[in-house]
Parts: sequence; C-alpha cells; structure tokens
Amino acid sequence: MKSILNYSSLSKKYIMAIAGIFLMSFLVIHLAINLCLLRDDGGEWFNAAAHFMGTNYIVKFFEIFLFAGIIIHILLGVILQIKNWMSRPIGYKSGNKSTTSFLSKYMIYTGAVVLIFFIIHFMNFYFIKVGWVESPVPMIDEEPNFYAIAQLLFANKAYSVLYIVLITILGFHLNHAFQSAFQTLGINHPVYTPFIKSFATFYSILIVVGFNIIPLFFLFFKA
Amino acid sequence: MNLTLEIWRQESPKAKGRFETYKVQNISPDCSFLEMLDILNETLIDKIQSPINFDHDCREGICGMCSLYINGRPHGPDDDVTTCQLHMRKFKDGDTITIEPWRSKAFPVIKDLMINRNAFDQIIQAGGYISVTTGGVPDANSIPVNRNDAELAMDAAACIGCGACVAACKNASAMLFVAAKVSQFALLPQGKIEAKDRVKAMVAKMDELGFGNCTNTYACEAECPKGISVSNIARMNREYMCAKVI
Repeated sequence: MKSILNYSSLSKKYIMAIAGIFLMSFLVIHLAINLCLLRDDGGEWFNAAAHFMGTNYIVKFFEIFLFAGIIIHILLGVILQIKNWMSRPIGYKSGNKSTTSFLSKYMIYTGAVVLIFFIIHFMNFYFIKVGWVESPVPMIDEEPNFYAIAQLLFANKAYSVLYIVLITILGFHLNHAFQSAFQTLGINHPVYTPFIKSFATFYSILIVVGFNIIPLFFLFFKA
Repeated sequence: MNLTLEIWRQESPKAKGRFETYKVQNISPDCSFLEMLDILNETLIDKIQSPINFDHDCREGICGMCSLYINGRPHGPDDDVTTCQLHMRKFKDGDTITIEPWRSKAFPVIKDLMINRNAFDQIIQAGGYISVTTGGVPDANSIPVNRNDAELAMDAAACIGCGACVAACKNASAMLFVAAKVSQFALLPQGKIEAKDRVKAMVAKMDELGFGNCTNTYACEAECPKGISVSNIARMNREYMCAKVI
C-alpha cells in the first residue's frame, strides 16, 4: 500500500474533504453540548454531557476518527500548500486582481489560527481530562468540573474576547471549507450547488453565533 | 493614447529577468493590445534595440497562443477575451500598464514574455485523446448522443489551452485545463471507453509536471477566455474517484 504522502493531489484532497466534513459534523455536536452552559443549573447538564462524551464507548470509538481526522486534515493541508507555494517560484508584480472567493485565498492562514485555537482549547479542557494538565478547579468524584473551568475561563474578559475572535476566524474557514469539500468530492450541480453555498453560509454563521453566545452570555450576564 | 509600459525582459530561460519601462505614444483606442506591442517593437527595432518577445498566432482568439499577464489579470482587464482580442480602449490615456509572463514552475520563460507551455502538450499526450483504428468515416448518427451531454462536451472542448487558468490560480494549478480535456471525452460515448485510464494518466502527469493543487478559489473560471466552468473540475473529481475506487 502506498503511503498517503504519495497519493495523487486529487486523492489527498478527497481525504482532506472527508476528514473536514467529519470535523464539521462533530462541531455541531460540540455546539449542542456547549449550549448547556447557558442553563442556570450549576453545570449539571454540561458536566453530564461532558461525562457522557468522555465515557461512552461509541463516542470513544469515534474519538479515534476525530483525532485521526484532525491530524490528517492538517498534515495534508500543509503538504498541499507547500506544493502550491513551490508551483509559482516567482510571483506577479501586479498582484492578482481576478474575481475570486475572498475567504478561499486565506484557508491556510485561517487554518493555522484554528490550529492555535485547538492547542489552547486542548490545554484548557482535553488535557485536563486525560490528566496531562492539572485542573485549576477542584474535581468532582475524581472527574474534572468542566462547567467550573469554563466559568473560570470566561470570567477572564481577555480570554472571552480572544475566544470570540478565534471562533469568528474558524467561521471564515468553515464558510469556504463546507462548499469546497462538496466541489472536491465531485458534487457540483446547477440546482444543488447554490443550496450548498447558502447552507455553507448558514452553517458558518450558526457555528460562529452559537459558540460566541456563550462568552457573550458570561461577559454581559454573569460578570 | 499615451501610455507607460512596465514590461518583463529576460534574455533566456536561465537569465535573470527585470522590468523595463517604455513609453508609447499616439496609440489608437481601436488598436488591439498586440498591435500596440507591435508598434512598440517597431520603434525598438528602429533604435537597433532588441524587440519584446511575446507569443501570438491567429490573433482572433482561437489558437490559444497569446498570453500576457496584464495589470494583475491574465489576458488583461476585459472578460472572456484573449489578449489578441483586448482593445486599448479598455485602458485610459496616461495609464501605466504592467505586462508579465504567465508565472508557473511548469511554464518556464523562454524569452521576455514568451513561455514554454509544453507541459500542456505532455498532459494531452498522457491521455487526452481517443484511440481509434483508421478506416472509413463512420456515419454521423450511428452512435446516439444525448443532446445535453453533447452541449456540455462542446463547452468543455472550447478550451484553447492558453494557460490563463494556471496564470490566474494562486496555486498555479492546471485543474481547469485538465478537467476540460477530461470532460470533453468523458461526456461522449466514444470517450467513455478509455475514461478511467485517461483521467488517471492525465492527473498523474499534471502532478508530475509541478502544477499546484486546486483550492476552489475559482479564479480560473473568472479568467478563462472561453468561459470554461469549474463544474468540469467537479466532473473530473468524480471521474478520478470512480476510476480509482470502482
């Protein structure tokens, strides 16, 4: 079997697109769980959801694909981008004034920002769960109190503003990523493609607004 | 019209290039862009200076030979035209026009604005054809072809292989060109027989020649003088997936 690095450009892009779609579907589940933070129940729902995600065997099975998806998506994205840079050793003096989708030109940069966000996010939550980082708040029955951790983080206004900015950049990445994944997988249709593009906008707004409601809620109603 | 031209000059493929500035005067707005360069070249020849090398042939927008990256766009500021069809009335008197060759690792500069697009020929040689045994001309209607497929194939076949898609793409990707060539055959019954081998061979050659990857920015479609649609790229993605998986 050939190494994934030796796959054709198209095969690499298929894998990137499939991994991306899987990650985008996970984001919706993540958003649903995060919205539990808005309930004034002392974190009962949110911690229950976090406990379920951390212990359920089906979820843990899919967690393997989630991490594999993240790593493969990043790895292939970087490999393809390096090839793209190498394909034009001398650039244009007059720049590029062609009509293009604006966000599509900056995917590698918005992707790099999303990666930084992932690292911060993992340090704050996932690494505490696996025991690599010590919890900043007392544990409940030897399990991290993620609700209290989220409360602690969002109490910091600088963190909340950074979170809002990073989620918005994630939204820019997703807006192009969603429609681009379908084109890469060969789905381009006079009727369905306009719908896919509209849905991509709806999806990215849903993610940005949905995730950002939480720090705004903590900033304005819990501060 | 009086214009200032900033033109890329490069003696040979390995020589270091540089921009040189030229002034042209009394250019008619009805002049084509290449005629304007002809006028400049005549003045350079009169001064015993080396004329500017640029590709051209038919000068009616069908041969795909003319190129030129003009003020940040392949084939200049007009839509759906080649450089030879571009008229000087699209510019203003006193404008400064920057003229560069197509920039791609796969399209090395031969001299000045003239580039080597042999990479496209190599992609076609890899599979952009239909193998037929010679013989009598078959009856035109012996193989039924769906009208819609015939139209789509004809639209794809409008590609003149000029390379504007590569020049416009931020990744110097040749996906629109290869997709158009794959599509024009894959849509027709005569081309379907070799469709799988064709798409695999052409994509492999495209990768080998150093073109970049498609990131779906669609600059290629915006700049294609023949209006080739990116739906052809999606078709090639489907064709390649089927060829690899099934």
